[in-house]
Amino acid sequence: MDPLKTKNSKLKTQNRRGRSLWKDGVRRLRKRKLAMVCFAVIVLYFLLAGSIYLAELCDWRIGPRLWAEEVGQSYEPPSSTNILGTDIFGQSVLRKTLYGAKISITVALCASLVSIAIGVPLGAVGGYFRGFVDEIIVWGYSTLSSIPYILLILAFAVVLRDKSLFGYRLTGITAVYLAIGLTSWVGICRLIRGEVIKHKDREYVLAAMSYGCSRRRIIFRHLLPNVFHLVIIDFSLRFVAFVHAEVVLSFLGLGEADRPSWGAMINDARIELSRGVWWQMVAATAAIFVLSLALNIFGDALRDSLDPKLRIQ
Amino acid sequence: MYTIPIVFGVLLLTFVLFTIVGGDISIEIAGKDAAAETIEEIREEYGLNKPLFFSWDSQFINHFKSALAFDFGRARDREPVIDKIKRGLGPSLALTVPIFFGVVIISVSLSLIIAFVRGSVWDVSAVIICVAAMSIPYLSFILFGQYFLAYKWGLFPVFFSPDLTMAQNVALPVLIGIAAGLGGNVRFYRTVMLDEMQSDYVRTAFAKGLTTRRVLFKHVLKNAMIPIITRVVLAIPFLFLGSLLLERFFGIPGLGYMMVEAIGSRDYFVISAMTYISAILFVVFNLITDVCYCLADPRVCL
Repeated sequence: MDPLKTKNSKLKTQNRRGRSLWKDGVRRLRKRKLAMVCFAVIVLYFLLAGSIYLAELCDWRIGPRLWAEEVGQSYEPPSSTNILGTDIFGQSVLRKTLYGAKISITVALCASLVSIAIGVPLGAVGGYFRGFVDEIIVWGYSTLSSIPYILLILAFAVVLRDKSLFGYRLTGITAVYLAIGLTSWVGICRLIRGEVIKHKDREYVLAAMSYGCSRRRIIFRHLLPNVFHLVIIDFSLRFVAFVHAEVVLSFLGLGEADRPSWGAMINDARIELSRGVWWQMVAATAAIFVLSLALNIFGDALRDSLDPKLRIQ
Repeated sequence: MYTIPIVFGVLLLTFVLFTIVGGDISIEIAGKDAAAETIEEIREEYGLNKPLFFSWDSQFINHFKSALAFDFGRARDREPVIDKIKRGLGPSLALTVPIFFGVVIISVSLSLIIAFVRGSVWDVSAVIICVAAMSIPYLSFILFGQYFLAYKWGLFPVFFSPDLTMAQNVALPVLIGIAAGLGGNVRFYRTVMLDEMQSDYVRTAFAKGLTTRRVLFKHVLKNAMIPIITRVVLAIPFLFLGSLLLERFFGIPGLGYMMVEAIGSRDYFVISAMTYISAILFVVFNLITDVCYCLADPRVCL
């Protein structure tokens, strides 16, 4: 043992800058091989959805965008030319499945944004001000959570469908993600409210107050960044529920009507299965399964690496 | 604490959703080429020609009055909504009650055992299976179950038929419901049980020489009761709704099936009534949960 070296390394550790929560979280996440694989899968799904949007914008002629093209006979089983076979109209099931990713990702992403936009500010304001404002907010989310989730989504989706809002017609997926977003902010609101109540009496908030920060600044610049990792964790897991909700809604005929989605494919498969046509069903199920599995595993890993409370245990 | 405000809130929500956002549906009911008088008659019958808010006879006040009297009017097919609900309640409960008990009993006992062997190969593989099961969409469980078990191998009837007994009719849907519900539940209860397993009283109980079964199912289970009760009792009101998708696939004439039909025909009266009733049930069971806490853990009452 070289005494000088030990001393130096000791000095180094003393001078080392502290890592932020995010940097530390990413470092821990990198160590988990499985979580990184899952992250890659999720990125792939997002890239797919994004490239279909780009293709529609720039008029590229890539496969998934041309899902309506007839590539063969009706109900052709999987072969080397049509990897996942064809559906009743002779359209490629593979292209339809890929296109379905765009619908699902769009719905889940927009629904997340809507529910974060409602839930996070409401939770933070309720938790910070308490009193009457808080009572009203708690009343609001208690009311929503007393109605079965599926019933609530269905009620919103039925009513919002084909309505116009501020001169903008709510068709297909817009109604779907609004219905999901407007009904599922309860969980995140509750979480943020509880966390803000805990943080409210900490020193850093007191310090901000003594500087004379406005209440808006304290809530949005000091409190929210300190609890925001919870939002990320919550939504990485909630995303799965949104994807599944979209599938159920399109299955019940409340989703996108004239473009392929996974739910509509499963709905078609209801009749097809009895004729021995399994590929459409298997393709849609596999697409949903892989995305959900990746999200579930990655969400768990994210929670383990970002939540300091869990780390101590 | 919030019981009465919540009932008020639910009524307000259904009013805003179905009357204000939903809008005037008299033209939709009457059909495309209906005469102006027919539309006016329908508006009169449903009270749509009354003022929305500011009157003693307004739609807002009437909505509250009729809901508190459990009078939900008539559905699109002229049958009183309340009769429809009474008719569908039996089949729905026959389906969901066995699923409920099956899932709770199996997942609690499984999770106790898994928590006991924590860290082993069994534990890891159980968690992997749970996560995988949670990732499969519910619809796929139903479709593949129906296809293989009923259609292909002929073990169960494919569709509901009135000639068979209820038990024969719901056997397969119940099986599928339990299979689909296990993944998430086992995973949740496992976390609960793991917290308990690390307590001192468990070590003491083992040190006393009690059998594993006694420690797990008597000591640990009793102490883990609070989270179990919260999850279980609050799931009971949702039983009334039946399982929407299962009933749709197997043609079981329950409340879920009725809801799917109501969605298809945009029957706001049925959906609104179902929303209200399930919310009332939820509020009642919320109170029951609080009572159950006291029974399970006397410390809560102090």
